[in-house]
Amino acid sequence: MRKDNPWVTPILLALLVALFALSFVLAPRPGSADEEAFGGTDAAVTAQLEEAGHEPWFTPIFEPGSGEIESGLFALQAALGAGVLGYALGNLRGRKVEREARDKAPAGS
Amino acid sequence: MHIAEGFLPVAHCVAWGIASAPFVIHGARAVIQESTKNPESKLLLAAAGAFTFVLSAIKLPSVTGSSSHPTGTGAGAILFKPPVMAFLGTVVLLFQALLLAHGGLTTLGANVFSMAIAGPWAAYAVWRLVRVGKGPMELGVFLAMAVADLVTYCVTSLQLALAYPDPNLLGALAKFAGVFALTQIPLALMEGLVGVLLFRFLVKVAAPELARRGLINTAQKEAAHA
Repeated sequence: MRKDNPWVTPILLALLVALFALSFVLAPRPGSADEEAFGGTDAAVTAQLEEAGHEPWFTPIFEPGSGEIESGLFALQAALGAGVLGYALGNLRGRKVEREARDKAPAGS
Repeated sequence: MHIAEGFLPVAHCVAWGIASAPFVIHGARAVIQESTKNPESKLLLAAAGAFTFVLSAIKLPSVTGSSSHPTGTGAGAILFKPPVMAFLGTVVLLFQALLLAHGGLTTLGANVFSMAIAGPWAAYAVWRLVRVGKGPMELGVFLAMAVADLVTYCVTSLQLALAYPDPNLLGALAKFAGVFALTQIPLALMEGLVGVLLFRFLVKVAAPELARRGLINTAQKEAAHA
């Protein structure tokens, strides 16, 4: 494996932030004041379809009461995922430490 | 993002459901087989599922002035092959359809087909192509993750165009892709970068597991050990 360059991770993170910022800079401003900037693409397409006269024939069984509750549930989804991901990656790292300790032990004693 | 509840004609819902079902069932069996045959890969399996869970919850702004979310299905497709992601992706979509009114139960079949089947398979194809061409792992991961993301929303656009071919199929495809696929491009690039970060970490901590799955060669494994 190539020598691990300590700059790779920070550079990748900087690129991520740059891409995020770029979207804000390049995005067109909303046409009117009541038009929400950065609405979801699904809502945009739904609005297009409704304008063309297509109505949904089935409505969601459960709808989060407001945007606040919805964003909370999305946060919950991310939190559950991040928790499990952290547990799995942490465990993998722990296994590696253990493996290395085991590999070293016979040589040391 | 996914096709909203109730916005696909009944015939399309049924057709996509029938098309997706065998993939999901096969995927569920692949997950069970993987975790019983290789108990040591359970952690990686959990990581792949959790990764999709996190990424598909995060809505990001894009250059088009709309926002959308990444899919994160490419990582699992590389680690465990696409069938496993057909199942894990379906779990994510069900969660969002039931609790978040995002996507929907009637459009589940179509959304599963785009995010959990087409995306992962495209990612796996790109990953294999880069690896056969002796490309570096990072490049393969970046392209595979980005392609999984983009292909998902190209398929979504196609599904909508098939349902609403107005003025014609191509015109509708261009219209929907203009919203979905265009918005997704910067997100796909971001997802590719996150994927590279994830795999760089995995190579560091789980080199034997990755080598056993044939993702990195043994020379890399030895180097990571040293």
